[in-house]
Amino acid sequence: MKLVYFAWVRERVGKAEEELAPPASVRTVADLMRWLSEQGEEYAHAFEQSKSIRAAIDKNHVRPDAAIAGAREIAFFPPMTGG
Amino acid sequence: MQITVRLQPEDFDVAAEQAALTRGRTDIGAVVTFTGICRGAESGEPIAALTLEHYPGMAEAEIARHVEEAKSRWPLLGVTVIHRYGRIAPGENIMMVATASSHREAAFAAADFLMDYLKTKAPFWKQVESKSGKAWVEAKGADDQAAARWNKPPGSEAAE
Repeated sequence: MKLVYFAWVRERVGKAEEELAPPASVRTVADLMRWLSEQGEEYAHAFEQSKSIRAAIDKNHVRPDAAIAGAREIAFFPPMTGG
Repeated sequence: MQITVRLQPEDFDVAAEQAALTRGRTDIGAVVTFTGICRGAESGEPIAALTLEHYPGMAEAEIARHVEEAKSRWPLLGVTVIHRYGRIAPGENIMMVATASSHREAAFAAADFLMDYLKTKAPFWKQVESKSGKAWVEAKGADDQAAARWNKPPGSEAAE
């Protein structure tokens, strides 16, 4: 699946997007954040404040308990500050 | 119902956008416009510029979704939402919302509603550039509270 990152999540991970294939045991957005934080120092840093990171699946806001099965694109970003 | 939603790096002309919303119409009796402008200082510190990052595709979809929600709550005759991205200097426009209706109550309420939702749900992130470097703007709890007040059953705002 395609992962995309924005704002300080993008800066900490060090890339704007990537293709990753997490193991089948990774079922929810919260699982995915935990799994990502084990993929290297940059990910550990990006996801250490996982409670303040928001997620979207296929461009719709989702909660951490949302299932990721079938997702084409999952985005992680800080709380929004537009307007 | 005329709906315009645009994301763009370049500035826009609020008066021209408002004129476009009402041109040739005699059913519109009220237009409310809100314009967000880049301040020259944040927390007392002068800033050089703001940079707005957005999530292409999702930003348009979120704005369109909230315009639809506003349409279902109030008798609107037109809505314009324009949001810039990229580098924005102090004094420049960041975004605007214009709502048109036959009477002012719906236009005021819909503009207020759209602003509260855009602040908390539209995927944009502001970064401040100043002498001390670049820093991401932190979301304010007050914005979430402002958005939450619209979660009441439709129509209950009328009593306020």
